[in-house]
Amino acid sequence: MELIVLLKSVPDLAEELEIAADGKDLAREWLSYVTSEWDEYALEEALQLKEASGATVTCLALDSGPVDELLATCLARGADRAIKVGSFESPPDSHSAARAYASALAGIPHDLILTGVQAIDDLDGQVGPLLAAVLDLPHVSVVTHIGLAADGSTAAVSQEYAGGIVAEFEVDLPAVLGVQTSREAPRYAPVSRVRQLIKTAEFGRAEAPAAGGSGLVVEAMSIPEAGGHAEMIGGGADAIAERLAALIRERGLVAGAAR
Amino acid sequence: MGRDLPVIKVDGVLELEHAVQEGVDISGHWNRMFTERSVTGYPTEAMDWVTSLSGGESMRDCYQCGKCVPVCPVQHVGDYGPRKLNAKILRGNNLIDDPDLWLCTTCGNCYRVCPKEVNPLRIMPAIREQAVLQGKVPDELSDVFRNLQKSGNPMGESPRKRIDWIAEAGVEVPIISQLGRPVDVLWYVSDYTSYHPRGKDAARAMARVMTALGVDFAILGPEERSDGDSARLAGESGLFELLAEQNIKAFDKYEFKRLVVMDPHAYNAFRNEYPRLGWTGEVLHYTQFLAPLVDRIEFHSSVDVDVTYHDPCYLGRNNGEYDAPRKLLEAIPGIRLTEMPHTRANGYCCGGGGGGMWLDGFVADHVSERLSERRVREAVETVGLDGMGVLSVACPYEPSRFEDAVKSTGNDGKLIVRDIIELIDQAMRPAAS
Repeated sequence: MELIVLLKSVPDLAEELEIAADGKDLAREWLSYVTSEWDEYALEEALQLKEASGATVTCLALDSGPVDELLATCLARGADRAIKVGSFESPPDSHSAARAYASALAGIPHDLILTGVQAIDDLDGQVGPLLAAVLDLPHVSVVTHIGLAADGSTAAVSQEYAGGIVAEFEVDLPAVLGVQTSREAPRYAPVSRVRQLIKTAEFGRAEAPAAGGSGLVVEAMSIPEAGGHAEMIGGGADAIAERLAALIRERGLVAGAAR
Repeated sequence: MGRDLPVIKVDGVLELEHAVQEGVDISGHWNRMFTERSVTGYPTEAMDWVTSLSGGESMRDCYQCGKCVPVCPVQHVGDYGPRKLNAKILRGNNLIDDPDLWLCTTCGNCYRVCPKEVNPLRIMPAIREQAVLQGKVPDELSDVFRNLQKSGNPMGESPRKRIDWIAEAGVEVPIISQLGRPVDVLWYVSDYTSYHPRGKDAARAMARVMTALGVDFAILGPEERSDGDSARLAGESGLFELLAEQNIKAFDKYEFKRLVVMDPHAYNAFRNEYPRLGWTGEVLHYTQFLAPLVDRIEFHSSVDVDVTYHDPCYLGRNNGEYDAPRKLLEAIPGIRLTEMPHTRANGYCCGGGGGGMWLDGFVADHVSERLSERRVREAVETVGLDGMGVLSVACPYEPSRFEDAVKSTGNDGKLIVRDIIELIDQAMRPAAS
């Protein structure tokens, strides 16, 4: 059973985000990066499946900046192989990413492809579905539980909806899953092992087209402005109660009362 | 009783550097065992494995005398001590899957009294490192390891925010990269002193005191990384080395005569661990730096309080400095200093060392109360019974630990916690300021 995990890095929110001078992107000079949280869940699920059923886990990351530490961390956690895909000047959009991965995966055996359902930098959630479309594979997103059939031909997955609703799917393999969470917290990768792997590990390389784009152009990016603020009600208990009652009436929340 | 026993008169102990008797090499300290003690009936693999780890060797020397048990702070709130760990290892438990592996704070009180020099300050990190490599580390702790790796501080905060405290210091705090010249003192501020609200109070106080004394100092600012000493003792020696590499690279960029630190854990790292990693400068804890200057401090008010001083394990017992902090306290007008029963070399650990700072939830399941709570109750008994007493500290781990413990033991109103530098700063200002 060949498990594939697709990962990328995103800005660390411990740093304050600032907009670049051109008003269309983040100012990246002071940003530090961490592995996308949902991709970490995808990797953890892959490693759990590997431990349960002896599968092989291969991690792919687009070569769009420093990815050595990300891939070394994957290996330190227990992945079997790590492959850099393509060559990009900056992290590409989901459409370009999906095309690049699809091109790489044409030459890599794959039974189940896992990736984070979304990432904080674009909240796009499209890499999974787009990749599945190009590879002509089934796709399920917002996956919270994965179980492999004994014969390896299908997977049982749970998909999370709002309101606590969960749908259960049986999906034919190979397939693409967008992972929402893992059954255990992503395991810790000891620093000494990561450092050793950065020095000694051999990462695979897969060529992939860089061109394409998403057909979308970012016109502007800005920090959200507060539209309003909370009203702090002061005074004694009676004054507060009066004010609250007035607000409740004002907003038509009293049954049967005229507005 | 009438038994005919040989009488052996001994004039003294002759200690030879090297001695072989009847083919057996008995070289070593006179109190050493001459051959390995055999414990039959148990598998030896666990003890063989522990003693094969670099740092784990001394565990085999334990002869279960039990001197370590009553001085172990965790024993006072649970069932612990190096002798118990030795017994477990002898019986085949290598501690990798045992919660007891994580309760030791590496306070060193056991090592101080051990006639065999069994050293948990080397043994625990060695076994913990293996547990970490096997992925068997409490999540609470590994979350902090991640933060240290990513951001160079245990909170995971931006390195750029390391200097936010300067804004309200009221004095200039030069950053050495901007200063562009050599300084006398490179002041290493530390994680909690830079980021924690109560740490920032101490940072500002120190800045004001050094300015008033005309000290030529500067800080590293955003280049500063955690000393990582507690992470090292908690099993992440790779992380410690990563952080040390970053710090030493920064130190080597600048010219300064000495490093002055607020944090005994940083003091321990820089003094005892950094030399083997390539840095051998002079390092002083801030109390050691200020004590010789105490006669130059101009006090303008009296701080009329009953104070007791908590010896930090990594300044006092593990690095031998008990007097400098006391000299400073006794110089402050108005202070009445009283010692707690557990004092100086027998000081009682606050529970923060060896990773304890980041294992509160885990440890809570195994002890009757926190070490910091027990220490606070001791401080209240010493200075808090008739009015407001002061527990003075010299380690940035402690204000938050002890202030939380004051509240959780119901002693709000009886005890306040102040870093020594805060008391000095207060006494340097006119009264009622």
